[in-house]
Amino acid sequence: MAARIIRKIVPTGRAGAAQYSTGVRKVTLIPGHGIGPEITVAVQKIFEAAKVPIEWDEVDVTAVRGPDGKFGIPQKAIDSVNANKIGLKGPLMTPVGKGYRSLNLALRKEFDLYANVRPCKSLEGVKTLYDNVDVVTIRENTEGEYSGIEHEIVDGVVQSIKLITEEASSRVAEFAFQFARDNKRKKVTAVHKANIMRMSDGLFLRCCRQLANKYPNIKFEERYLDTVCLNMVQDPSKFDVLVMPNLYGDIMSDMCSGLIGGLGLTPSGNIGKNGALFESVHGTAPDIAGKDMANPTALLLSSIMMLRHLEMHEHADRIQNACYQVLKEGKSLTGDLGGTGKCSEYTNAIISKLN
Amino acid sequence: MSLINRTLFRTLVQGTQHVKALHTSSVNAEKNVCYAPISAMQPNANKEGRIKCTLIPGDGVGPELVYAVQEVFKAANIPVDFESFFFSEVNPTLSAPLEDVVNSVAKNKICIKGILATPDFSHTGELQTLNMKLRNALDLYANVVHVKSLPNVKCRHHDVDCIIIREQTEGEYSALEHESVPGVVECLKIITAAKSERIAKFAFDYAVKMGRKKVTAVHKANIMKLGDGLFLRSCEQMAKLYPRIEFEKMIVDNCTMQMVSNPNQFDVMVTPNLYGNIVDNLASGLVGGAGVVAGASYSAECAVFEQGARHIFSGAVGKNIANPTAMLLCSANLLAHVNLHNYSKMIKNAINKVLKDGKVRTKDLGGQSTTKDFTFAVIHSLA
Repeated sequence: MAARIIRKIVPTGRAGAAQYSTGVRKVTLIPGHGIGPEITVAVQKIFEAAKVPIEWDEVDVTAVRGPDGKFGIPQKAIDSVNANKIGLKGPLMTPVGKGYRSLNLALRKEFDLYANVRPCKSLEGVKTLYDNVDVVTIRENTEGEYSGIEHEIVDGVVQSIKLITEEASSRVAEFAFQFARDNKRKKVTAVHKANIMRMSDGLFLRCCRQLANKYPNIKFEERYLDTVCLNMVQDPSKFDVLVMPNLYGDIMSDMCSGLIGGLGLTPSGNIGKNGALFESVHGTAPDIAGKDMANPTALLLSSIMMLRHLEMHEHADRIQNACYQVLKEGKSLTGDLGGTGKCSEYTNAIISKLN
Repeated sequence: MSLINRTLFRTLVQGTQHVKALHTSSVNAEKNVCYAPISAMQPNANKEGRIKCTLIPGDGVGPELVYAVQEVFKAANIPVDFESFFFSEVNPTLSAPLEDVVNSVAKNKICIKGILATPDFSHTGELQTLNMKLRNALDLYANVVHVKSLPNVKCRHHDVDCIIIREQTEGEYSALEHESVPGVVECLKIITAAKSERIAKFAFDYAVKMGRKKVTAVHKANIMKLGDGLFLRSCEQMAKLYPRIEFEKMIVDNCTMQMVSNPNQFDVMVTPNLYGNIVDNLASGLVGGAGVVAGASYSAECAVFEQGARHIFSGAVGKNIANPTAMLLCSANLLAHVNLHNYSKMIKNAINKVLKDGKVRTKDLGGQSTTKDFTFAVIHSLA
C-alpha cells in the first residue's frame, strides 16, 4: 500500500534517470541480521575485486513501529528498493511475539514479488548422496496456503483458506516458461494435487496448460506432488524446471536444497513486477555471528543470479567459476562444509581465483 | 525325499497354527464378554476359526498385487477368506456401491486394499474423491506408514526406520472449495481440536506400543498460525501426558530437507493430512519406492491395509512387472493384526529371504523378474 502511494508521489522520471545515468547500476543492499553483515561484506569484497559496476545502497530493515502501531519495514528501505528496482538481502530475523509481521513476508508483499526462483545444482566438492541434481523450483509467492486468511469458526475448529487466482497462476506459469526459455531449459513440470483439490489446484493446472501452448519448444508435463517427492529422492535427474503453488514450492525448494547440501549453498531470487530481490534463504545463525565462521556461498550465488538478471553475464561467469573452483579444491571451506576455513579466508580464496 | 520332508513339515506347522488360530479366537470370544470396547478391535472370526477379510483390488496394478497376496495365502494355507469388491472411481459403472464396501469392512473389521485412482475431474462434478468418501465413512483417521530399509535393496540411505502417522480425515483434503468469482478459487483447510488431539494421542500411544523414543510433530504453524497452530498445540498438550517419550516439532519444509539429508534422526512422526502425504512419499522414495513400503489406515473399529505410498503405477498395468513386496508386507501386517503372528512372520521371513538372496528382483529394484516370479520365489521360501 505504502509503496503504491510513494510511487504516486515521487515523480516516476527520477528513478529511471538515477539508474541509467552512468554505467554503474545501483543496488539496494540489505545486510540483515546475525551472520548477514559478515556474508554481505564477503560478497561486496568479491564484487569489488571483480570490478563489477555496481554501487551498493545499504539500508537497514530492522522493524520500526509505523504510524498504525504495527511494526514494519522502515520507509527508507522501501524507497531505496523502489528506486533501484533490484536488491540483495541477507537473512532476516523476525522477532517472535504478537504485532510482528514476518519481514520477509512484508518485503514480498511490498514489492509484489510473485515468483520465487531457486536453482539447485549439485556442486563439485560438496559431497552429498546425490550428485546429479540440476533442478530449478519456481514457486508462486503471493497467495495459496500463505494467503494468511484464517479464522476460528467455533472453539476448536479452524478454517484456513488457500486462495488460488487465475491471474497469479498464469503470471507464475508465464514466468516459469520464460525462465526455461531464457536459461535454455528443456522441460517445465507443473507440480499439483488437482486430484484432491480439484478446483483450486485444477485452476493452477489449467493456467499452466494454457501457457504451455504458447511455448511449444519447451516440454511440459504435470505431476502430482506426492509422485514428485517420491521420484525426486530416487532420481532427481528426471526433473528440470518445476512450477508450483506456494506451499508445495516452499516444501519442494527446501527439499531440493537438501539434496545438494542445504540452504547454505542454495541461491534464491524473488521476481516481481516492480523489481527483483535476491536473497540467501538460510537462517541468521546467531550462534556463530561475528565469529568469521559463516559460509557466504548462498548469498554469493544469489548475487550471481542477480548479475544474470541484470544481464551482466561476463561478471557472473567469472565470479561463478571462481566460487566453483574454490569449492572443488576444498581447501578453504567453512565449518558447515566440513572445512576449517574462516569466512574471510574463503572470500580471499575466491578473489585469488578471479583472474 | 527332501521335498516330501518339506511338505510334511509344512503340513505339521500349519496344523499347529490352525489350532493356535482357533485358540486365539476362543480367547477373543471370552474377551468379548468381559471387555465390550475391545471386542470392536477383534476381527470377525466364524466357527471354524477362519477369518473374513474385505478385499479391494483397486486400480492400476492393484489387482495384480492383490492376486500375488492371494496366491501366497493359498500356498501357505492361511485361514483367511476374502470378500472381494471391485471398487473404483475411474470405472464407476462397474464399481460396487460405497455402502456395500463400507458395510463389509465395518463387519469384517479388516480390509486389504489396492490403490484407488483419483482422477483430476470426477464424472459427477463432485469434489470428494472415492478414497476420501471411504475414509470418512469408516472414519479411518490414522494412516500409519512404517518406512524401513529392506535387506539388499540398494538405496542412497541406509538404516532408515521411521513411522509416519498422518491424520487423514480433515485438513486440506476436506473437499471444500468454491469459485468466488471467475478465476478466484478458495479452498478450505479445516483443522479441529478434536481430530488433532485424537491423532496426537494415537501417535503417542503407537510410539509407546512399539517401544519408540521420540515423536516429531510436523507443521507449518509459522505461516498458518491458527490452523497448524491448533494442531501443534494439541500435540504439545498430549506430549505432556507421555513424559517418557521425547517430543519435538519441526516445520514441514525443514523436515523434508532433513529427511533427504539425514533420515536416521526420525523416529515417529505425526502430521496433518497433506504434509503426511508428502513425508510418506518422500520417505518411501528413500528406501526403494512405492513398491516396497506397506501402510495401514486405522479407525477406532477397523483397519485397512494398503501400500504406504499410494501410486497406481498405471504404466505397468498388465505388464506383470510391479513389485508385490509392499502388498505382501501389508498382508503380513494384517495377519499380525488378527493375531496370526506365525503366519505373519512366515511371510515376512520369506520376503526378506528372497530380497536377501537378490536373485529375483523386480524392475524397480534393478532386476528383470516379473511380479509372478517374485510371488513364486516368496512361496518357495515359505517355511
